[in-house]
This record gives sequence, structure tokens and C-alpha cells, in this order.
Amino acid sequence: MEYFLQLFFGGLTRGSIYALIALGYTMVYGIIQLINFAHGEIYMIGAFVALIVAGVCTIYGLSGVSILILAGVIAIIYSCAYGYTLEKVAYRPLRGAPRLSPLISAIGMSIFLQNYVLLAQTPDFLPFPRLIPDFDFMEPVAHIIGSPELVILITTVVTMILLTLLIKKTRVGKAMRATQQDMNMARLVGVNVDRIISLTFIIGSALAAIGGVLVASYIGQVNFYIGFLAGVKAFTAAVLGGIGSIPGAVLGGLVLGWAESFAAGYISSDYEDVFTFGLLVLILILRPAGILGKSHKQKV
Amino acid sequence: MLKNFKQSILVSLWFVFLTFPLLAVRVNTMDQVVVWRWMNMLWVAIGAFVLSYLWRYMLARQQVRKQVADEGGETRSKTQLLLEDMSFRYKAMGVILLAALVFPLVFDTYQSTIMISALIYVVLGLGLNITVGLAGLLDLGFVAFFGVGAYTYALLNHHFDLGFWITLPIGGILGCLFGVILGFPILRLRGDYLAIVTLGFGMIFKVVMENWDALSFGPSGIANIDKPSFFGMDLSLADSTIYIYYIMIAMVIFTILVTTRLRNSRIGRAWIAMREDEIACVAMGIDIARTKLSAYALGAFWAGMVGVLFASKTTFINPASFTFMESAIILSIVVLGGMGSILGVILGAFLLILLPEYMRAFSEYRMLAFGAAMVLMMIFRPQGIISNLRQTYKYKGSKEKINNG
Repeated sequence: MEYFLQLFFGGLTRGSIYALIALGYTMVYGIIQLINFAHGEIYMIGAFVALIVAGVCTIYGLSGVSILILAGVIAIIYSCAYGYTLEKVAYRPLRGAPRLSPLISAIGMSIFLQNYVLLAQTPDFLPFPRLIPDFDFMEPVAHIIGSPELVILITTVVTMILLTLLIKKTRVGKAMRATQQDMNMARLVGVNVDRIISLTFIIGSALAAIGGVLVASYIGQVNFYIGFLAGVKAFTAAVLGGIGSIPGAVLGGLVLGWAESFAAGYISSDYEDVFTFGLLVLILILRPAGILGKSHKQKV
Repeated sequence: MLKNFKQSILVSLWFVFLTFPLLAVRVNTMDQVVVWRWMNMLWVAIGAFVLSYLWRYMLARQQVRKQVADEGGETRSKTQLLLEDMSFRYKAMGVILLAALVFPLVFDTYQSTIMISALIYVVLGLGLNITVGLAGLLDLGFVAFFGVGAYTYALLNHHFDLGFWITLPIGGILGCLFGVILGFPILRLRGDYLAIVTLGFGMIFKVVMENWDALSFGPSGIANIDKPSFFGMDLSLADSTIYIYYIMIAMVIFTILVTTRLRNSRIGRAWIAMREDEIACVAMGIDIARTKLSAYALGAFWAGMVGVLFASKTTFINPASFTFMESAIILSIVVLGGMGSILGVILGAFLLILLPEYMRAFSEYRMLAFGAAMVLMMIFRPQGIISNLRQTYKYKGSKEKINNG
């Protein structure tokens, strides 16, 4: 039972990180129908910037929690800046081009950013400082769920609530939903579509940065390549839940997290990725639009 | 003028801000020191300033070109017109073939080896061109079929001592089979779902090969694979390289012949129709399931076959040769070369494989340049190096009718 709970919470933590990254994919896809392949790299850059800020702060003698906050905030700012620039440089000139063009551009951008970080910093794994302290009150349950897991879960839940409020309650959120439903119609009623698309990239990047900082301090190391697999997994989560749907991304992330955790715990950890993609294929065969996705009838 | 200048200054400042933490700061956690690299910032500022001018100029030029095309002006360039000239094509083909045949006799083994790997990518590109370029099915896990071929030869050779020539068709057929196996579950998917499932398939292949020690010997791979035999004779390294080179040339010619014929066949037309509009295609009575499966199978066939050759050329394979990066490179060969265009794919393969090979001096930057090139190519020349010429038919008209009318 204890083992089961351990796996359960492990899967939950992992799944909530996937969900954070998957939200960026699903929001961008919902609006411009593009798989933003470079999204995983934004997540990696977030983690890297946090690492650098934390390193500089430690050397200049700042302490514990202030480092965590400073590193987190600067990482989010930079990820947003990268996300914004990415859209402006690589995707905006391709608006209206055939579907495959922006996708190739995205793959190119992903390779570019990976190698940019590789050259600017280092190809090696860097140790990431443990920014999240161990809480005393977690002591009795620490063998099932540790403090880092708790922090990750709480941060994720708070972020999700904020995101939901933003999308459901604010003017900007309304404009985003309008753009998602029909870009031309949104333009006709006075929505600045270009700005909404930029904003979507910025929000998605911020979520990815939060995920990046949390994961890096949880796992404890960072290199230029971590974004790729995380990106692919998160995209899988988004597809699982039904791409374009925000609750779907969260659900997909959790399902994926649990599936991986239990499969690795009870069957074999070597074949973790096989289970991930096996699950994906299975769900897509049964429900081609994903768990929560609506299947659109194509009309002629 | 002043506006442009101001804009470029802003862009330059923005990129300085953007690259600051990654390019200027390096934390050395061992010695507890921060290295500040201010020179990098200067380079970024100057580079961004110049590039932003270039960027605007290129975008404006593209706008002009688009306008000309909209007004129905002549959009075909001189090279394209030249390519349509049949007698020129035959002459060019003859020259290229001659050059290809004397190449290994003129240059040394090293050059031939590089050429062989470029030719391998030509065949891979032509195979993927069937799936992506003609049938419009995005495949991000194409390298798995290549791997299937390579492992087929490595394992059959290791366990049963089967020779290269027997395995060559087996590798192709197994590639085909895996294409169909992949094709079946995803018949109902389209577009991006397809992309992610094929990507997953490629990853599954690699993970299984890394972990299933009993079958594939795990990450350490399989060594001492036989090179192709020449009527039972043992060849020296230089001779066998030349021999493989000629096999490769023959294979490329074979591939080009077959894919050209396929494109103009009934099934090729069905692929193109499917790419353009699936629903209209069904309405015309084309069996979508069969057309899709055949596109996967025939694309994978070439990958499987050339995989066998790859294994026999390197004499050692392990799962590290079959990463997503390879799939991305093959895909960009097809896209950069010009989707659907056979000549384009060949040029794309040579460009993408030979350029990095001969620019070893800049080897650190080559993947960086590669990524940037993919983005720039999509923005400024989305149709690829050689855009695919659409089959056009001229209405000759019956003169009598006009005269009578």
C-alpha cells in the first residue's frame, strides 16, 4: 500500500509538471493549429536561467527563499521574452503558409535553441541547487510525499486556478477564447489577433518556465537537452487529453504521469517511454480526438 | 531611414537583453566565481543590428515577389524553365552520371566514404518523399524503418551468416511490413496526431533496441558485420569502399527510376490527390486506407533497403544511430529540397550532408546553422530549392470549331 501511494504521488507530481508544459502546447495549438516544437526548449531555457541566477545569487551571498523567488521570477521573465521573440521571428512570417511550413520552422527553432544553449553554456549536466527546503511538518509522511513534491503540487494547482480565472473571467481571456473559435470573426469584432497570439505564447512560456524551475530543483540537474523529451511527453499529454482543450491538457498530463509512474514501478522502468507512446496510440485508436477533445466533422 | 535605424537599435537592444544571462554570464560553481563575458554582448548587439536590416530587406523583397505572382506575372525562374527543357535534362543527366561513375577513381577513400553517406541520405530522402512529399503524411519517425533494415542485416548476418545480397530485399520487405504495422492504427488520424504517433514510433524503436538485450545486444550494438562480398572475393578496405560506392550509385538510380514511375502511376496520382484533399479523394472512389498504407509501405521500403547497406558500410550499428535527430534531418532534406520534387530532394541531401562534412572547421556551429537554415528557408523560400512542378496540360483546342463559330 505504501509503495502504491508512493507511486501515486510520484505520478501526480510528474503529471502536474507535464500538465504545466502541455498547457503551453494546447493553448498555442488551439489558436494557430501549430505544434510549437520549440516549447520544450523554452522550458529548458527557463530552467537554465534559474540555474544561472541562483548560482550568481549564491556567490554574492543571498540566502534560501529569496534566491528561489528571484530565480523563479527572472526565469519566467526570460522564458516569456524568448517565447515572444520565437513567435515573432519564426512563426509570424509564416502565418497563412501551408501547414507543414511552420512545423518545420518550429523543429528548426528547437534545434537552434538547443545548440545555442549548448554553445553559450556547456554540453555537460549542471547540478541544480536544491531551492526548495525540507519542511518540518512534512516529516511524518516524508517517505510517501516529500516537501519538493508538495511545493510542486501546490504551485501547479495555484497556477491552474489563476490560468482558469484569466481565461474565464477577464477581457483578455474572452478575446483569447474568441480567437480560438474563429480568428476572422474575432478580428471583425475588434480583437487584436496578433497581440492575442503573442500573449498566448507569453502565457504558455511562463507556465513552461514554472515547470522548468520546479523540475530542475526537484531532479537536481540541467542540461541543454532536457527540453526535448519533456516537450515530447508534454505534447503527448496534450494530445491524450484532446489538443486545444485546457482541462484536457491537465487531465492528459495526470493520466500520463500516473501511467508512467505505475508502469515503471510495477513492470519495468527501462520501457517507460514505450508505455507512454503505447498509451498514446491506444487512446488515439479508441478516441482519435483525445479524451476530452471534440471531434470536428469536416464539411465540404 | 531614421525609423529603420531606430527600429534596428531597438532590435539590437532586445537581443542583448535576451541573450544576456546565457551568453554573458557563466557561473563556475566549483570555484565560486562568476565569469562575465562582455565581449559576447558586443557581438550580439552588432549582429542583431545588421541582421535586422537584412531581415527587413528580405521580407520586403518577398512581398514584391508575392505581388507579382498575384498579378499573374511570370513566377517561374530561369532555372525552372531550363529544367523543363528536355534535351538539356538528358545532357545534364549524362554529365552527372559520368561524374558519379569516375568519382571514386579520381578521389580518395575518405571522399568516397562521405559520398556514400550522402547517397544513403539521398535514398532515404526519396523514400520519405513518397510519404511526406507525395502523400502528404507527415512522418517524424522515419529513421525507425532505416533502423529496421540495419538491424535486419546485422542480426541475420550475426546469427545465420546471411550475405548482403540476400538480406537486401529482406530488409526492404521488413521495412515495408513495419510501415504497414505503423500505418494500421493511425489510418484514422490526420495531421498533427499523425506526426506525434510517428514520432512515438521512432522513439519506441530506439528504446526497445536499447533495452531488449537478448535481441539487439543493447546499447553496445552489434559489431563485425560483413561487408558486401564481390563474388566471394575478399576486398581491401579501399576497394570495398569503391565497391559499396558503386552499389550505392546503382541503388540511387534504381530509386529514382522507380519513384519517378510511381509518381506518374495510378497510385502516385492517388497519393497526390489524397494530399490535396482527402474528402474529394474519397468522393472520387479512391480507397483511402489502401492508399495511405501503400504510401507508408513504399516509403519505408527504401529506408529498410538502404538500412541494410548502412549496416554493411559501417560494419557496426547501435541504437544511437537512429535518434529523432536523424528523422529531423531526413525530413528537412525533403522539405528544404522541395517537397515532391525528386531533383530537389537529391540536391537537398547533398547540401545538408556534404556542407557540414566539409565545414568541419566550424563543426561546433553546424547544428546551430542547420536549425537557423531550416527556419530561414521556411520563411524566405517555403517551396524549397527546387519547387515541384505541377503537371500542366495545355488545351490545344480544335481550330475548326473556332473557325466555324
